[in-house]
Amino acid sequence: MSDRATTEHAVLKSTDDASGVPSHGGRPVWPRPTIDEAPLTKAILVVLAVGFLALFIVLPLIAVFAEAFRRGLDHYLESFADPDTQAAIRLTLMVAAIAVPLNLVFGICAAWAIAKFDFHGKSLLITLIDLPFSVSPVVSGLVFVLLFGAQGLFGKWLAAHDLQIVFAVPGIVLATVFVTFPFVARELIPLMQEQGTSEEEAALTLGASGLRTFLTVTLPNVKWALLYGVLLCNARAMGEFGAVSVVSGHVRGLTNTMPLHVEILYNEYNFVAAFAVASILAGLALLTLMAKSVLEWRYGDALARTRLY
Amino acid sequence: MSIAATEPWPPAPGGRNGAAAPWRFRRPSALPGFGVTFGFTVTYLSLIVLIPLTALVVRASGLGLDGIWRVATMPRVLAALQTSFGISLVAAAVNAGFGLLVAWVLTRYEFPGRRLLDAVVDLPFALPTAVAGIALAAIYAPNGWIGGLLAPFGIKIAYTPLGIFIALVFIGLPFVVRTVQPVLADLDREIEEASATLGATRRQTIVRVVLPTLAPAVLTGFALAFGRAVGEYGSVIFIAGNLPFTSEIAPLLIVIQLEEFNYAGATAIASIMLLISFLSLLAINLLQAWSRRRFGHV
Amino acid sequence: MTPSPGPVYTDHVDTVAIRAEGLEKRFGGTPALTGVDLAVEAGELVALLGPSGSGKTTLLRIVAGLERPTAGHVYFGGEDATFVPVQARRVGFVFQSYALFRHLDVGENVAYGLRVRPRHLRPSRADIRRRVSDLLDLVQLSGLDRRFPSQLSGGQRQRVALARALAVDPKVLLLDEPFGALDAKVRRDLRRWLRDLHDRTGHTTLFVTHDQDEALELSDRVAILNQGRIEQIGTPDEVYDRPASGFVAGFIGEAVRLPVDVADGIVTIGPHTLRNHTSSLSGPAALYVRPRDLVPADPHGGVPTRVAGVRRAGPARRAELLLADGLPTIEIELPADLTVARGEILHVQFRTLRLFPA
Repeated sequence: MSDRATTEHAVLKSTDDASGVPSHGGRPVWPRPTIDEAPLTKAILVVLAVGFLALFIVLPLIAVFAEAFRRGLDHYLESFADPDTQAAIRLTLMVAAIAVPLNLVFGICAAWAIAKFDFHGKSLLITLIDLPFSVSPVVSGLVFVLLFGAQGLFGKWLAAHDLQIVFAVPGIVLATVFVTFPFVARELIPLMQEQGTSEEEAALTLGASGLRTFLTVTLPNVKWALLYGVLLCNARAMGEFGAVSVVSGHVRGLTNTMPLHVEILYNEYNFVAAFAVASILAGLALLTLMAKSVLEWRYGDALARTRLY
Repeated sequence: MSIAATEPWPPAPGGRNGAAAPWRFRRPSALPGFGVTFGFTVTYLSLIVLIPLTALVVRASGLGLDGIWRVATMPRVLAALQTSFGISLVAAAVNAGFGLLVAWVLTRYEFPGRRLLDAVVDLPFALPTAVAGIALAAIYAPNGWIGGLLAPFGIKIAYTPLGIFIALVFIGLPFVVRTVQPVLADLDREIEEASATLGATRRQTIVRVVLPTLAPAVLTGFALAFGRAVGEYGSVIFIAGNLPFTSEIAPLLIVIQLEEFNYAGATAIASIMLLISFLSLLAINLLQAWSRRRFGHV
Repeated sequence: MTPSPGPVYTDHVDTVAIRAEGLEKRFGGTPALTGVDLAVEAGELVALLGPSGSGKTTLLRIVAGLERPTAGHVYFGGEDATFVPVQARRVGFVFQSYALFRHLDVGENVAYGLRVRPRHLRPSRADIRRRVSDLLDLVQLSGLDRRFPSQLSGGQRQRVALARALAVDPKVLLLDEPFGALDAKVRRDLRRWLRDLHDRTGHTTLFVTHDQDEALELSDRVAILNQGRIEQIGTPDEVYDRPASGFVAGFIGEAVRLPVDVADGIVTIGPHTLRNHTSSLSGPAALYVRPRDLVPADPHGGVPTRVAGVRRAGPARRAELLLADGLPTIEIELPADLTVARGEILHVQFRTLRLFPA
């Protein structure tokens, strides 16, 4: 027991020595960090994190706009006079206008079936819905070439009927739908699972029809999550590069989306035009991020708590 | 996670009362619309995702194992696979470290601009990969902002494997941050206080208590970042230089094969990549199942 | 305020294990503790009792070194520990949530405090193993050392947390709502077990609770906190029988507060008057009435009340009585041979009058 007492004393003693004066300018101060990091450590960590993000994430964004305006506003605006650029913008908008609503409808249906009902094989279904996220964009394009390309499974049949899917707009739409497939569904499923079925059951006991129950009870509960999913889905639909690149055929003015057009301009050393088109896409990304952040701050409770990208 | 239901579904074999309940596909429910939504979900899933992926599998099985092996061991393919997987591994490891740091700083500390920084983390998700690619190439080119600084020292980043690494760090970071952040936020401060009352220094608390608790989330983020990096195309090709045997990535090789109408070669490389990304997906699931079993959380 | 260089008192140096002097704590602008003095004798089991927000957990955390006081001092056995960091205080702290390390098994949890010691103070592996095994015996968890916290029941986790806190041979044991997360049956068993354990090991123990039954049954002395200050500290009998303030009278023992007027030793409750011998109060006051403060009386001697209801409260029967419309109903514990029905008039007498300034 006696050596334990010395030990105890030694522990107290050693910290006292290390701490020095426990008073600074009359105000008591903590001798050293105990359950938190020292202010200096905190500052270093914050600077490291901010520096890393600034260097790796923010700098490229700044570079896009700096390069786009390198030769002034006139040159920047001139880039959009190119009919091929305008065609690329139109095609991108059209592809998103098809892909996003399709995946929106799918997301709602899948979330209703998965979140509101219990059935065998549910987790397998969820895994399958997530599948496009774990496939390389290039492979996502490749599968459609293997199906509909000249040497593909349906290639001969398509050629005989004079139909073209890959290296044409339908292929671009298909590839975009594929890569944006899970966005809405995976935003809705966890949220609707958290919410359970009691509110819908209450509406039904009060005499509401199924569709009315969905429109007046379920939809208002998930509207922000739905918007969140649509935003992300749209950003990816407009920005997809790899998958679309494989199926597009790169015909200027016909099968070039904005990201593909950026590539062509860049490879032609037309940097200002390339970065000008890129700046539109970057602006879209910023808008998406802003809307996403506002949704998270304002309506964080109305979004799914668990989410994996 | 179970929903409003109180009993697990599917029910345990034999039923709760010992008597075998008749097999049902789904638990009876008062809510309407299951048939229509489930039917549409499965049909649409099959048309868009399952059938196209099956086409790849059919093609690949047409090649046979030795056919795929022959392609995989071609020197140029082997080099591209090594480049893709090797650099992805390093980039994911760097992201695991810095992602943990960023998640820690964003969750634990208050400082001006924290919310802005938090939003910025998602930029690689939102910024189209081609845009990121040309921006990175512009910055790290020998005449770029950073490339220009390093050029006098003979350090080249763009058009070398180092450039690939930079691009893969860019696109992988949010995976780690966003996986670790919620776990860190849920981490009970009392755990750290308990460690302190037991005499542990702050460093001991971090090393022995905080990091082991975060490890499953960091590993999950690492695996997600790795999976994404391996398949990444758009942000890499502009900065990589794409020299065969040094800075050519596997997805680019698929594109090159397709441009040469060599569907078999493209399929073989794609199936190897798919196999490896499925294995990493499997690893994530096993990791999470293990973590849940042992610690009761992910 | 300048911190004192050393102990500022001379008496009780040998027996006082924890002394708090003039503790103040503010969170931002909100005061959590205002001028708290507390002395805990070595080997004592003291409860900090109070409603939520009364500052009891803050006081416990300041004693542990988890919070830093805005002003005041904490002494452990005569030494000023105010500026000793939590790591060096050698307190055994049991958290309300237990705060077990979920990635470590039970044995590793208990051994943690020994393993993190600097090398020259760290016991050998064999000693650690022996100590863990002894402690698990003590908390009756022998053989569970390879389990993980997620595989234990609530009561078992609580005991692991206790064993972990005891492993560092703490000078004082601090428990934050130790039974808060347990169901009623386990609570009762663990309460008795903890008292036995305390009597056997003799640790100076300070514990926080909002449950007065727990505080009164378990502790040697009870400190009752309200709005950041200690209202009263005393043995369970003292605080129960002789509450020092209106707050204590109202907080302990299911009391009902009645607004009264006092003038010249006469207490007026609505239309009724009572004679009062002791109080020196005058003007508006508060009378706290517990069920056992009332006895049935004959119609001439007592105050008439109307029976508003009769119900069973555990082994006893209680009647709810209305002194006058607009006043809160008070309760009386009925003798076994007396039956009353709702609406009847029952005359009652006050055994004691707990009067406090309003």
